[in-house]
Order: sequence, then structure tokens, then C-alpha cells
Amino acid sequence: MTLLIQQFINGLSVGSIYALIALGYTLVYGIIKLINFAHGEIMMMGAYFAFITVITMGLPFLATLIFSMVLAALLGITIETVAYKPLRKAPRISALITAIGMSLFLQNLAQVIFGADPKVMPDLIPKRPINIAGIQIGTVTIVTIILSVFFMIVLDLFIKNTKPGKAMRAVSEDKEASVIMGINVNRTISITFAIGSALGALGGVLYSVAYTQVYPTMGIMPGLKAFVAAVLGGIGLIPGAMLGGFIIGMVETVSKAYLSSQWSDAIVFGILILVLIVKPTGILGKNEREKV
Amino acid sequence: MKKRILALLLVLLLVFSVALTGCSSNEEAPEGEEPAEENGEEASGDPIKIGYIGPLTGDYSMYGETTKEGAELAAEEINAAGGVLGRDIEIISYDSKGDKTEAVNAYNRLRDRDEMTALVGATFSGTTLSIKEIAKGDGMPMLSPTATHLDVTLDAPNIFRACFTDPYQGATAAVFAADNLGAEKAAVLYNIEDPYSEGLAEAFNEKFQEYGEVTNYEGYTKNDADFKTVLTKIAENDPDVLYLPDYIAKVGVILSQVEELGLDVVAMGADGWDGIEGDYADVAEGHYFTNHFAKTDESEIVQNFLSNYNEKWGSDPTALSALGYDAVYMMAKAIENAGSTDSQAIVDALAAIEIDGVTGNIVFDENGDPLKSISIIQVIDGKHVLADKVSIQ
Repeated sequence: MTLLIQQFINGLSVGSIYALIALGYTLVYGIIKLINFAHGEIMMMGAYFAFITVITMGLPFLATLIFSMVLAALLGITIETVAYKPLRKAPRISALITAIGMSLFLQNLAQVIFGADPKVMPDLIPKRPINIAGIQIGTVTIVTIILSVFFMIVLDLFIKNTKPGKAMRAVSEDKEASVIMGINVNRTISITFAIGSALGALGGVLYSVAYTQVYPTMGIMPGLKAFVAAVLGGIGLIPGAMLGGFIIGMVETVSKAYLSSQWSDAIVFGILILVLIVKPTGILGKNEREKV
Repeated sequence: MKKRILALLLVLLLVFSVALTGCSSNEEAPEGEEPAEENGEEASGDPIKIGYIGPLTGDYSMYGETTKEGAELAAEEINAAGGVLGRDIEIISYDSKGDKTEAVNAYNRLRDRDEMTALVGATFSGTTLSIKEIAKGDGMPMLSPTATHLDVTLDAPNIFRACFTDPYQGATAAVFAADNLGAEKAAVLYNIEDPYSEGLAEAFNEKFQEYGEVTNYEGYTKNDADFKTVLTKIAENDPDVLYLPDYIAKVGVILSQVEELGLDVVAMGADGWDGIEGDYADVAEGHYFTNHFAKTDESEIVQNFLSNYNEKWGSDPTALSALGYDAVYMMAKAIENAGSTDSQAIVDALAAIEIDGVTGNIVFDENGDPLKSISIIQVIDGKHVLADKVSIQ
């Protein structure tokens, strides 16, 4: 029984990182119908930002985290302005290909600047086991779960209660109508990218602290799995991304714990195929006919 | 119009970035190394050329570089002591980038353009296997300093190696765990995508079962970063020893999570751990690994090697440097014993060689694999401490 609970918590911590990254995919898709394949790389850059901050300035964990999230938000806005905005009226496939290009560009850029070898992330959180009612849980695991859930709640409140949040929802409902209502669409899209990127950076920092390394290709796998999570939950839907992230984390943990490590990736990506066949709109998605 | 310029700029930027990474891995490509010490006397004739192939750029460059540094140090010492057959030796190095095709190209260049007498290489098992058949056809005297895969020397009378093989190393770790650490239960966690890791894991698994129980035999892939799940599963069986045969980057990640979960287990590793005290000293503390030599070995040859290496390169040698160093010494002695630069004569001399190297006393068995002792090293206070020297036959 304790084993089961322990594995459940492991799954929760992996899942919360996926959920954070998945939120970035889903926010952007919701607003401009673009699958931002460069999102995994924003996560990677977020981890590098944190790494540099710690090495050069030696800030404590929370300051590092916020610094890296702000930088990643700026990076997200820049990417959107430079790469996606000029293609707003172009066919969706053009923007998608640009996103893939952007992803490769960032990976290679990181390789040129930082080198290909993995850098070791300093211990921002002292790593030790904590014993709660006979269950051993690592400090990093606990911090990961708490921070992820905290920022998800903040995001939810922001979207439901603030002006920019409401603007985001309006733009994702109907871009043309929101222009008529006086919403600054460009600014709203920028805000969306900033939030998505900041959450991605949060995921990246937590990931690099938990697994001790930062390297240029670190965004690929978590990025892809978070994408699966976003699709599973229903892409474009914020609760869907969170749900999807936690489900994928659980599935991965359970298959590692009770089947074998070799199979876990196959199962996760198998889910993507299943979802696309059975219910392409995802668990929480409604079947809407596409407006053509 | 503005959009088009922007798009063009972006494309340029992209191309540029790809070109840049391409460049950075190319710029050091083939470089003919100057002989380490020029005496200025032409009377001794042309230098004897020994080829070296290893990854000098890219992800694995650190392994190729340190091996090359050891080899060049040996060449310098040999030349300072009068050379071989009255001639200097010259190490000519080519970059394999860790790639099999590149290794074959490098071999062909060394043979045809540089007309090497013998080859010290390649560094990795994969690249060594890729040039094995050509070298066998040429009858080229070939001594790999570091390729540990069993097949490297199989059915090839002209191919030798300076390091021990994967199965030998894995089995030794198992014997040490059972005899010296008193382990009754062991768990194995290995990289299924890497033949090196898998070979070691299999050998350990097989050998340990003669002594006790292997509770978990788990694989992971190279993209895996989360080991908490599998470690939680392993912890349930409470093993005494956890065998982690992989390279530093992965082992460091796993050991960090062992620490975080508070697992009470002694970890053991293989020569891929060499250098772990650099980035992961705290999590590797108290754990053991099998290696080619120990820096704390008191013997004169080891201490001389350490100080000379440090003087020349300004850093500490790794086990790979020691193997590169020994390999060049063996090759030089074989050429000396052969009395000529004839390929077959050198091969025969190599087969009969006995030499005291940094990595132990070395003689070759009928396959061309060395028979020598393995150093077991414990990481204490971030330093290598020689725990034992084991030799099983």
C-alpha cells in the first residue's frame, strides 16, 4: 500500500511538470490555433536562464525561478512578434512549419552558445527524503507539486477574474468579434505567449532541478509528452491540459512501476494515436464542427 | 514587403545557426599532430607514424581528447628517451566524431595518405568494429586503447586492445560485491540502448547469481530522466548493491535521485564512472566502481605518469589517458622487438609482449585481450581511493 502511494506521488510530480508545459501548448492553440512546437525549447531556455542566474548571481531558488520566468516570457513575446505575427493571415500550415523551424533554431542556438554537453544544475533545493506517515518523499518532489498547483490556481484566477484574462477568453472564442468590442488582439496574443512561456520555463526549471541537468535537447521529450497531454485533455482547453498532464504522468509512472521502463514511452505515444482515432477533441473537448 | 524581408531574415538566421553548429564541430577536424619533440636531427630518418582515431569533437569529444593526450605524452617520453629503432615516433590523430563512417574514412586516410606503420585506435567499440574488417584485410597492427566490446578482437589476429572487456569487468564487479561488500541481494539498472551498458549488466547479472539473488534487472532508455519510479520499485526489495553500468551524465542523474529518495544501498559502476567526482562528488560519495587504474596507486610508474601528465596538459589524467599512454608504449615496444616496421613482424611481437603499464602488468591472451588486474575504486571525500585490486580468470 505504501508502495502504491509512493508511486502515486512520483506520478503526480512528473505529471505536474507535464501539465505546466501542456498549458503553454493549449493557451497558444486556444488563441491563434497554432501548435507551438518551439514550446519545448522555451522550456529548455527557461532552464538555461535559471542555470545562468544561479551561476552568475547565486540567487536563491524562488528569485531564480521568477527571474527565469520573466526572461522566458520576454523570449516568448519576441518569438511571437518575429516569427508568428507576420504569418497571422497565412495558411495554418505555414505557421506550423515556422514553429518547427523555430524549435530547431533555438536548439542549435543553445548548442552554439552553451555547448552540447550537459551542465549540472546546482542544488537549488536541498535534496533529502522526508518521512510522512511512513512514506518517503523527496523534497524536490514536494516542491514541484506545490509550485505547479500554485501557479495553476493563479492562472485560473487570472483568466477568470482579470481584464486581460477575459480578453484572452474572448479572443479565443471569436477574434473578429473581440476586435469589434475594442479588445487589443495583438496585445492579448502577446500576453498569452508570455504566460505560456513563463509556465514552460517554470516546468523547465523544476525539471532541471529534479533531474540535475541542463542541455540543449532537454526540451524535446518533455515537450512531446506535454503535447500528448494537451491533446489528450482537449487542446485549447485549460483544465484539459492540467488533466492530460496528470494522466500522462500517472500512465508513465504506472507503466514503469508495473510493466517496464522500456514500454512507458511506447504507451504514452500510443495514447496519442488512440485519442486521435477515438476522440480527436480530447477528454474534455466537445465535438464541434469546424467552421470553414 | 516588410514581411518578406523579415521572413528572409528569419530564414537566413536559421540557416546561419545550423551552419554555425556544423562549423563548430568541423573546425578541428583532421589535424596532423606535430611530433611532440623535435630534436632537429634528420640523421635518425623519418619518424615512424602511428595513427590515432577517436572522437575529438562532438558529444563524446572528452573521451577522445583525453585518450589522445595520454598517447601523445607517451610518444614524447619515448622520443626523449631515444625513440624506436633509432627513429622518432609521430602520432597522427584524426577525428571520428564518434561516427562509424568517419572512422572508416580516417582509417583510409591514415593508411593511404599518411602511410602509418601501426594504428592505436579506435577509441569506442562501435567505431573500432567498423574498421575491424578493413584492418584485418590489411593485416595492420592495431591496438585499441579503450574499445571494451567483446567482438573487437575476435577472429582478428592483428587486433589487440589495452583495456579489459565488458564481460570481464562486469563479472569482477559481481565478485567484489559478493566477496568484499558481503552483498546477498543486488539490483541492476542499465541503459538498454547502449551495448556497453547492456554487456556489463548481463555479465554482472550472470556472475552475481552464483553468489546471491538479483532482485531487479531493469532497463531504461537514453531519454529517461525520471528514475524515482523504478528506484521506488527497487527499494521495495531492499538490495545491498545497486549496479549502474553507464556513463557519468546518466549515473549522476540516477545517483541524485537515489540520494533524494534516501535509498540505503551501495552503488557500483564501471569505468564509465571515471571522472564522476567532477560534477557529482556529493552523490557518488562512498560508492564503488571498477577502473583501469587508480590515481592513489603508490607504484612508481603510476605516480610518474600522473606528474608528467599534469605537467604537460595541466589537468589530471583519466583512465582513458592511462590506456592511451599504455597503448603507445606497447606499440613502441612491439616495433622495437620486431626490429622493423613490417606489419606481420609487429603483430607477432605484440602477441608475445609483456609490459608493466600504468594500467597493470599486461600480457595478451590468444584473442589479443589483455590479462590484467582490475582496480576497484571508492569515491571518498570526492577523491578516488583504491579499495582493492582484483583479478579473476
